[in-house]
Parts: sequence; C-alpha cells; structure tokens
Amino acid sequence: MGQGWRRALGALTIVGALALAGCGGGGSAAKPNTTYQETLIQQLIDAKSGDVITIPAGVYAIDRGLSLDIDGVTIRGAGMDKTILSFKGQTAGAEGLLVNASNFTIEDLAIEDARGDGLKVNEGENIIIRRVRAEWTGGPKTSNGAYGLYPVQVRNLLIEDSVAIGASDAGIYVGQSNNVVVRRNRAEFNVAGIEIENTQNADVYDNLATNNTGGILVFNMPNLKVSGFATRVFRNRVEGNNTGNFGRKGSAVASVPAGTGVIINANDQVEIFDNDIGGNNTANVIISSYFSTGYMNNEGVAPNFDPWPESIFVHDNRFAPGGAKPDGLDLQALRVAMFGVTGRLPDVLWDGYVDVKKFKGGKIDPALAICVDNGAAQTLNADGPHGNKSPALAGEALRCRLSPLPAISVAAAGPVPAERKVPAPVKP
Amino acid sequence: MKRLALLLIALALAACGPRPLTPQFIADGMPERLADWGMVAAKAGRLTLADGVQPYELNTPLFTDYAGKLRTVWMPKGQAAAWTPDVAFDFPVGTVITKTFFYPRAADGTVAPGDDLRLDQTGGGLDLAKVRLVETRVLVRRTGGWAAFPYVWNEAQTQARLKRTGAAIPMTLTRPGRVDRFVYQVPNVNQCAGCHATDHAARALRPIGPKSRHLDREVSLAGARFNQLDRLVMVGYLRGLPPAGARPRAADWRDEAAPLDARARAWLDINCGHCHSPKGPADTSGLYLDAASPAGASLGLCKPPVAAGQGTGGFVHDIEPGEPDESILVFRSGSTDPGAMMPELGRSLVHDEGMALLRRWIAAMPAGCR
Repeated sequence: MGQGWRRALGALTIVGALALAGCGGGGSAAKPNTTYQETLIQQLIDAKSGDVITIPAGVYAIDRGLSLDIDGVTIRGAGMDKTILSFKGQTAGAEGLLVNASNFTIEDLAIEDARGDGLKVNEGENIIIRRVRAEWTGGPKTSNGAYGLYPVQVRNLLIEDSVAIGASDAGIYVGQSNNVVVRRNRAEFNVAGIEIENTQNADVYDNLATNNTGGILVFNMPNLKVSGFATRVFRNRVEGNNTGNFGRKGSAVASVPAGTGVIINANDQVEIFDNDIGGNNTANVIISSYFSTGYMNNEGVAPNFDPWPESIFVHDNRFAPGGAKPDGLDLQALRVAMFGVTGRLPDVLWDGYVDVKKFKGGKIDPALAICVDNGAAQTLNADGPHGNKSPALAGEALRCRLSPLPAISVAAAGPVPAERKVPAPVKP
Repeated sequence: MKRLALLLIALALAACGPRPLTPQFIADGMPERLADWGMVAAKAGRLTLADGVQPYELNTPLFTDYAGKLRTVWMPKGQAAAWTPDVAFDFPVGTVITKTFFYPRAADGTVAPGDDLRLDQTGGGLDLAKVRLVETRVLVRRTGGWAAFPYVWNEAQTQARLKRTGAAIPMTLTRPGRVDRFVYQVPNVNQCAGCHATDHAARALRPIGPKSRHLDREVSLAGARFNQLDRLVMVGYLRGLPPAGARPRAADWRDEAAPLDARARAWLDINCGHCHSPKGPADTSGLYLDAASPAGASLGLCKPPVAAGQGTGGFVHDIEPGEPDESILVFRSGSTDPGAMMPELGRSLVHDEGMALLRRWIAAMPAGCR
C-alpha cells in the first residue's frame, strides 16, 4: 500500500462532522469559575490514600495541567455534564490531568479542550475511569489534543460509561497495558474512536463507536517493551465511521482510512464477534500489517518487532453494508475495477501480508491464521506484498475457526453482563 | 559575671542585626520560609550563601526560559555522599540541595538571560540590585527519601515563601534585537515528581544534576580554579571519587571545541533524559535520550513516533537523519504549544541556541532511512 491505505486522499473533507460535533453537553455557556483551580491543585497535592476529592457541579477554568501521584485517591464530580473542567485557556502542561498512581478512580466529570491529552494515567494498577467525558468542544480539528482518555502502562483497568469526542488521535486509548475492560463507552468524532495498543488481555464490549475516522483499533507499534495480544472486541456498535482523517501526519492513526469500522494492525490473537458493524465507507473490518502503515523501515523499527497480524478470528458479526466510498483514490479505483461503479468493497479488507518464515509444511500454521467465518461476509485480499497487483476475493480460503479467547477478569468490572447495553448515539 | 555580660551583648546583637545564616536539616514538615533552611537568604542587599554551603554548576544545564541558576549543596557535619558512576550520587540523610532561579535585570523592568553566567559570577552570591529572584527550589534527603519544596521570592526580594501549588509569573525577556513576553511557571509539588521521579515505577524523587558526568568540571570561584568533584572531596562532601580519566564526563554544550555529537547528547541528556530513559515516565514512547542510550532507533533515528498525536508536527520520524526540520525531536523541542512541546514542563520559551545545536547535529548525520 506504499504510503499507506489512504495515500491519495487529498484535502480533508470533514463533511457534516462540524455540524454534529460538540453534542456531549459541554461547551457550557455558564461563566467559568477561575478561582477553584488553586483549591483543586492544593487538594491533589495534599491527597492521602483513601481520600475522595469531590468536585461540585460547575464549570471550572483550569489554565495549568493538573497532576496526581498519590495511590488510593478517588476524584468524583457531580456528573459528566455537570462538573466540567475546562482547559480552554491552558497555557502549560501536556495533559488536562496527569496521574501516576495506583488504586485510582475518577468518575462523573468532564475534561474539556485540553491542549494535549485529556486524562493520562501513566503507570499504575487498579484504575477505574467511569462516566468521564473527554471532549474537544470545537469539533474534530487537527489542532485538538491527541488522546481523550489515555491510560498507559497500567494493569487492571476498567473504562466504562464514558464519552470521548474530538480527539485528534484516539478518543479512548489504552496503551501498553494488561488486563483491561473497556465497555459501554461512546466515542464520536475522533480520528480513532477506541484504540487498544500494545496491550495484553483486553475485553472491548458494548461500546458505541460512530462518526470517527476509524471506530475501534487494535494496534501494535514497534520499539516498545511489550507487544499486544489477546483482545476481544464484541457486542459493540461500530457504525458510520466516515469522518475525514484529521490526524497529524506521522501519527499512527494518520494511516487509517476514513470509513473504517474495526481495524487490526500488527496485533495478534484478536477476536471480533457479535458486533453490529455497518456503514463504514472503506470497510467494516480491516486486517492489516505494519507494512501497510507506510512507516516501516529497517533502521528505525526494532528487529524483534512482529509486523504481521496473526491469530485473527472474525465471526458472527452482523454487518450492514459498508465499503461504498473508500478513502483514497487507490481504494476507490480498486472498488470500481472489481465491483463496478455502484459496487462496494466487501465487509473485510485484508492487506495480504503473511510471515512465510512461520509457515509449517509450506502452509500457514493454523494457529496463526486469519479466520473470517462470518456467514456471507466476504474478504478482499488487497495483495499488498505484490504492490496490490492482483487483489482478489479470498473466497473460502480464510474460512476457518480459532479457539475463542478467554474472558478478561477485572475485579471492578465483574463478569460480562448477560444484557447488552450500548449507549445510544446523540441526535444532532 | 564577665561571661554573663558577653552573653548579654551577644543576645543584644542577635536581636538587632539579621539572624546568622545557619544551615539546618529539617527532618519533617513543610518549612514555610526558605530562610528556615539557612542555606541561602537575602541579607544586606545580597543573596548570600551560608558557610559550608557549596555552590556548583553543571557542564550542560537544563534550559529554563534563560533563567540563571545558583545551585548549592550542603550536608550535616561528618556526612558525605558516595560517588556513583552514572546516577545521582548516593547522598546521606540530611543533604539539602537548593537551586535559585534568577534573571539579571534589564531596561524598563524587563529581565535579561542569565543562563550564560558562570560560577565565578554567581557562586559568591548575587547582588539583589542587579538580579530579579524568581524562585528557590529545595530538595532535601530525609529518612523516607527526597522531598521537594518550591519557594517563591517576594517582590521586595527579602524572603521566599513556600508555594506548593506553584505559580505562573508573567515576565518580559529582553535580548539583543528582541523582546519576549512569557509566563514563567513555578512547578507545583506534584509536578516536581514529573521530572525528579526518574524511576517512574518506584516514583521516588531523585536529584538530577549532581551526577559525576555533570559536575566533573573545572570552575573558577573567588579567585581559585579547581575541579568541582575534587572540591567536593576536599570539603568532605564526597567520597569514593576515582581519578580523572576513570569517570564519565558530559560535554559542555557551549564548548565549540568539543565534538558536536558529545555536545548534542549532553544537551539531550540533561533536558530530556530524566523522562526519556528506560525507567523514566516517557519510556512509553520507546525514545531514550539519556546519556546511556546507544545511537540508533532508541535515540530516535528513523524511529516512527508511538503516541505523539498532533505533536508529530506532520513528520514521520523522531530524528530524520540529515533533515533537522523534518525531525519530530526538533519540532517538539522548538514548540511552545503545551500540546506538542517538549519537555512537557519547565519552559515557556524556546531554547534557540539549543535548537541550533540539535539542528547542526542532525544535519551532520548521513541522510536517509534504510
């Protein structure tokens, strides 16, 4: 794919997105309270394990990044549309709130318009992010902060019932973490709605990802201490993620074509099932290697990095039509050439890269296979390894099954509830 | 009788004149005034160092908005730090390190760069008529570990009070041919950990500057010229120092005679390496800029960013060899946008001379990524 899936995309068109954005209840007209930040900073400094920092309803102007490094603290607002920390005038700090602590809970508040990331939790165990809204209220813009909710290098993580809107990278971004549940969240108008990256053992379910560039991403990036595997993506609604890619060039998500439902890049052991995925104009599901990002090079990518997606199992999803208007001239031309002027790309798009060094007896090791067993859904092999010369429908070649991945156990989350509860999209 | 009279006279003198500056280790609590520590204080129009308080400077210092810095270290009698080759010295309980941030005064109430002042101009104290004191940070080694306290100077420059929530101080910097308004940020106590918790898992604070490679330097002070490490041994503050030649030495980033690579690496080490190391908070990026990092992908060469977001500036590699203006490292170090700039904390202005050095360093690399 050379420069990446979306090489030929010209000027970004964010059709309709601006009109719909900012619908999370933020951007409040109430005059912000400018004096509370001193109180809050003092509370964050003086916090002791077991403390609950309660922030009453109100809009609070914060002009410096906040930080917390005490274990066992809870920060609680009066509701994600009632307690609003507004960083619109932020002059310092790369995050709205930066946390380096374990046993941390944050709930019922909003972080708006942070200059960098909204909430970053860097290293810690037993982290709960619940009913938190991270939003850029001016709609999707390249100048927005990168990540809305951004736990990285944490263990035992629950993100639930939260909202992320307008991130110029990922709305909800779980990086380099282990044992993770992400459920019942709403991600809209981000470049990536929900991104699971270099993370091991994650369950992503009952989320709504809509109007992003890409709905749900499961990625592995090179040069990091841990690579990711074992992610289940199920019972989500991943619909109409067609917002033009407004990520800054060079960022990992800038290579994601607009109109992507669920995309796997270089990750292993990913199971995608029982989702409602539709209306994503490039493809409902993309399975890709790091080669297709356009960032591969030998010098700057650690030699032990595994760029291939392996042990991927797509099954029993409910696909509504997608692929009608893929992002970029290459994919558009491919669509027209293969499926006609009014045709669609099939539900699953695969770049076709496999690691032949891992073959057994001249064939792919069944345990490492890419399996698409999803009724009538078809897979297009884009033939990336040969410069996309011979793209072809995979037919029955990928119809296989892998063992289901085990459910993730995060104490705060409990077992997966029998009842599916996906947040509803906000009506404009 | 005679002794009583002397004592009375002494007491009377103490009551009238300024209190003698006596360094002390305060083992607990949060002293409200900088003067409580007795390390440095404003006395008779000067910022004065107490006896036994040793000033020092670094081969290559951290950039802080062109502020001048007066650094001191003090230890209780009979105590000494143990020399270590790469991390900060193993300082005994009771050690008190201070760093006073100041600017030379310039015309119309503005300030001038103070970062090029050397120890022979600062180590003997500062003339308060000529400098604007901003803040003094105290790092103290207590039994439970290091603790950090930021003290902000009052306008009259008579005393500095503890300001645990930090402060934002608008200032104007005058340089030849240019004037920059900026907001100087005094870090809050939690932000101290943002740099000084160099082992992000352990989260314990540590000093950053007092390492062998940074202090190994010939300096002039009060008419004498000496090596700083030798001086620390001489005053009894350091033991176990190996001979010169058997210890690492960081380059002085300003030293045109030093190799370009050594100068750039020294700049990156002190400005970035406390976070961008295999144990630091920025290990999430896989970019390691500390002195120990080998040249290659971990130093950023041809390396795609991990989570730079809009901080890529539109570029695809941390360092694009031969192309400084297409390198994310240069873009972020040269930005003042809080969402993109590096370091994340500690400056509001761009270090133009540091950027020039980084540019020269990257421009000199053979171009291209295989």
